[in-house]
Amino acid sequence: MIILLLVWITGGLLNLWLARPLWHKKRIVHLIIPIIFGTMVMISWELLVKEFNVSPVILPAPTTIAQTFIESTDILIADFTQTVLKGALSGFFIGAIVAIGTAVIVDRWLFLQRGLLPIGNFVAALPIVGIAPILVNWFGFDWQSKAAVVVVMVFFPILVNSFQGLRATNSIQRDLMFTYAAGYLQTLLKLRLPAAMPFIFNGLKIATTLALIGAIVSEYFGSPTRGMGFRISTGVGALTIDLVWAEIVVAAFSGSVFFGIMVLIERKVTFWHPSQRQ
Amino acid sequence: MRNLLPIFTVVGLIVAVWYAAVAPMNIRSALDQLERSDHAVVPAGALERREVSVWYLLVNNPNQIAVTYDLERSRLPTPTQIGYELWKSTGEMLLRGKAMSKRSLLYHGWVTLQSTLWGFFLGTTVGVMGAIFIVYSRIVELSLMPWAIISQTIPIVALAPMIIVLSSQIGIESRGLPKAMISAYLCFFPVLVGLTKGLRSPALSQMDLLKTYNASSVQVFFKLRLPASVPFLFTSLKVGIAAALVGTIVGELPTGAISGLGARILIGDQFGNPLAIWAALFAAAIIAGILVTFLDLLQRFTLHQMGMRV
Repeated sequence: MIILLLVWITGGLLNLWLARPLWHKKRIVHLIIPIIFGTMVMISWELLVKEFNVSPVILPAPTTIAQTFIESTDILIADFTQTVLKGALSGFFIGAIVAIGTAVIVDRWLFLQRGLLPIGNFVAALPIVGIAPILVNWFGFDWQSKAAVVVVMVFFPILVNSFQGLRATNSIQRDLMFTYAAGYLQTLLKLRLPAAMPFIFNGLKIATTLALIGAIVSEYFGSPTRGMGFRISTGVGALTIDLVWAEIVVAAFSGSVFFGIMVLIERKVTFWHPSQRQ
Repeated sequence: MRNLLPIFTVVGLIVAVWYAAVAPMNIRSALDQLERSDHAVVPAGALERREVSVWYLLVNNPNQIAVTYDLERSRLPTPTQIGYELWKSTGEMLLRGKAMSKRSLLYHGWVTLQSTLWGFFLGTTVGVMGAIFIVYSRIVELSLMPWAIISQTIPIVALAPMIIVLSSQIGIESRGLPKAMISAYLCFFPVLVGLTKGLRSPALSQMDLLKTYNASSVQVFFKLRLPASVPFLFTSLKVGIAAALVGTIVGELPTGAISGLGARILIGDQFGNPLAIWAALFAAAIIAGILVTFLDLLQRFTLHQMGMRV
């Protein structure tokens, strides 16, 4: 317990020292402070588990999880391929393309758009994950059904954001395109789609998490004998909790990386937007 | 109100597509069933039918199409069937005085709603506290904010079974608390981000004005920052309560829960009863609609009372 107290005091003091206004602008400080905080949490987890002799069936220590992680890399890689690469990513791409396409097409009819926007907003707030058992029933146990769930889940948030984005141009900009004698397609490609990109990326970033959630949940309803959702649900039953935590680490890591990649692409595509200026 | 006609048109289109899709989706199982009860179907034999497309089956069995709209365990039930199932498990139960029976969706909806509201309450509290800390302390912002963002990129469903196993082994028997924790996890983030934005929304000139009044920081908080953040707060509360409902249902799905809408979905899946799944899904949609509408009305009322334009 004394070590624990010591860790928090030194970590807290270190962070206080780092957060001084003197280093306000240094980017590395913005990276180090959360890392120190995270390390503090990890060390306390480890120490508390050791101190109170918590059974590894209930809560394994971080070191145990790391050990399992290293020992069972091949299982983790197979699960990652099945769930993230096959299920989540393919569903995400199909869903995003279909949603943006629908937004561009429906955008031409104000009437349809006025009807679809409130409905899309409403459906985006619904617990669509519940559709997983139905789609698993329709498309079978393999990754196709997971991709289908992901398509349905990411469709509406991206659609709603794309709609908003396509309306983000103002009349001065559209008038300018008009004076250039630009046609519908030219206006769309050169003005409205680029202007919509910040909104579209907003939707895509929301959809990254949804894609992983959809892919994992639909594996609870039937999957081949691999996949992160399968491993988690069977692992909880079989009391191989350390493997479950290793899967959670993979899920957390791939979720963050997926999100991070989206942010990077967004920076490249919407470099002109005020929020991206350094 | 001028949106009503477009909305009804789009809903009508969706329903029309749905009805059109029922026949091709169900024709195979309908023909299997008919053949078993000695009706003539083209082509005969389940194996032969597997070789041809659903369109071929539809064209060659025009008299049997009506059956596809009236199957008990269809792959895609019609909206009418779902509506009837919903009525059977809610209104009819209520009329017979069995509103709280285990087969009533009112009971399961109530269980889900309770967890959702607890999770919403918990998540909102954490989000509000976090936002206040972040606005007033740089060190908290720098250490917490990145983790709050990372926490949302972690698929919570991976953690859901763990949270439930953990809490049952610690000795918490009721399923309400772990479910509420999962929905709080999904719900706190929009509140945290929205309120942080809202508390920071007063302009520098307004802050300066309060400084010239010699206002203490508590006064600045209650007289300027908090009122200015209310519109932001309500917007994120609406996102938050929808997220809380998703969290509760996700918490009920993988964990062998026996009550709640998520459990109904799970049981409907295990017993091969698609109508039960669809009815539970629609019940969840209705609850989401009611909750968001309620917060929306509350927002309009509050902002109107505060003299802001909605």
